[in-house]
Amino acid sequence: MKLKIGVLGLQGDVREHIEMLQLLGVETLVVKLPEDLQLVDGLIIPGGESTTMIRIMKEVEMYEPLKEKINKGFPVYGTCAGMILLANRVKDSDQLTLQVLDVEVERNAYGRQIESFEVDINVPEFGEKPFRAVFIRAPKIVELGNNVEVLAKYEDAPVFVRENNVMATSFHPELTKDTRIHEYFIKMVEELKR
Amino acid sequence: MDIYKGTWVVKKGFADMFKGGVIMDVTNAEQAKIAEAAGAVAVMALERVPADIRKAGGVARMAPISKIKEIMEAVTIPVMAKVRIGHIAEARILEELGVDFIDESEVLTPADDKFHINKHDFKVPFVCGARDLGEALRRIAEGAAMIRTKGEAGTGNIVEAVKHMRRVQDEIRKIMNMPDDELVREAKELGAPVELVREVKRLGRLPVVNFAAGGVATPADAALMMILGADGVFVGSGIFKSKDPMKMARAIVLAVTYWDNPKVLLKVSEDIGEPMQGLDINELEVKLQERGW
Repeated sequence: MKLKIGVLGLQGDVREHIEMLQLLGVETLVVKLPEDLQLVDGLIIPGGESTTMIRIMKEVEMYEPLKEKINKGFPVYGTCAGMILLANRVKDSDQLTLQVLDVEVERNAYGRQIESFEVDINVPEFGEKPFRAVFIRAPKIVELGNNVEVLAKYEDAPVFVRENNVMATSFHPELTKDTRIHEYFIKMVEELKR
Repeated sequence: MDIYKGTWVVKKGFADMFKGGVIMDVTNAEQAKIAEAAGAVAVMALERVPADIRKAGGVARMAPISKIKEIMEAVTIPVMAKVRIGHIAEARILEELGVDFIDESEVLTPADDKFHINKHDFKVPFVCGARDLGEALRRIAEGAAMIRTKGEAGTGNIVEAVKHMRRVQDEIRKIMNMPDDELVREAKELGAPVELVREVKRLGRLPVVNFAAGGVATPADAALMMILGADGVFVGSGIFKSKDPMKMARAIVLAVTYWDNPKVLLKVSEDIGEPMQGLDINELEVKLQERGW
């Protein structure tokens, strides 16, 4: 059976993730309702506005079922706003999150939009060739749990992390042509499915 | 390690993050907080909403800095602000202030009757209004990272936004069906660079995000614009000129996500209170959409 990966379609750069997944030959689904979660093997939470996504998620009663599913091992990958939604806590804020990734994030930690940037980072897992990371009003991981694996860092902060079935990046690989992080996620979904 | 700020990828990518979302006009911290709590993806900081700008007449300029600051401090979501068409200095001031996006907007009185700002010169991204494909591509050529329909701001009347969105989509479809050897001529007719016309043919859409704006007053209006192909929606006067802004704002946010789901649309359209008072386009003294070149 071909893998089917969903992209949470409440708001954000959904199309960019869908296009990248299609390029990599997996089936895709834009996930907008709780029942859609039953149809996919894994889920990407895209970039966008985290406060908007969580508000809609609560409104359509997707919050509880998604959280429960992730806690049972459902593979999920969050980019930027997606990372905020997965995190256990948001620094200096009572913003609601799914609390499935043992990190504390600081929102807009790199500054407002004029401070948004691109930089080449090293991802040891991928070998020598650097990864062009696009940070847009990006969140920063300021505290990290013991079971969270750091796959890449930029300066002092982890920017690509994984804890079992939960993976997150502060940056947006879907805005580049580099498919390696999405391939890594697809492999993770395959492994967890077995 | 080299880091690159204010690149095209960073500007255009930021606009991509607004997709499927609602950007709301606000005039103070309290309204900004309501917009954020309702699920807005960004707010537009203004001194007056377009309906009041229309009423006040005179010269409409960039909002007072104190007002924009007040709003920036009130919310964590991105804050946009408007400058007059061609007003390079207002834009430099807003960039220095650190607003997240600048709207070079026909809602304010133009400062230049021939030229728009060269937006490539700025680190901060810009959004501009357009009524047709030629206008959209000229703005993108100048560096706009996001396009919106002009519609007719401050009227609560959706007809002009519909007209502009349909026109752009129609012209895109025409280009997609056009053989390559006709594209130079088409670029000439559109008054737009041929490189961008080729890109439109290749993508089947504008090369940047395209939002609806100018006349959205109800959740149904917002859903209509999404059905017609908008990537998201600006709501100007429609929220804070309605009877119950919080309810209206939440309903419009859901309508933009679930535009293709009539069940949700019905649910959110119930009990939203009275929308803003609308205006007939034929009775307007000033058409804001005619500003911009």
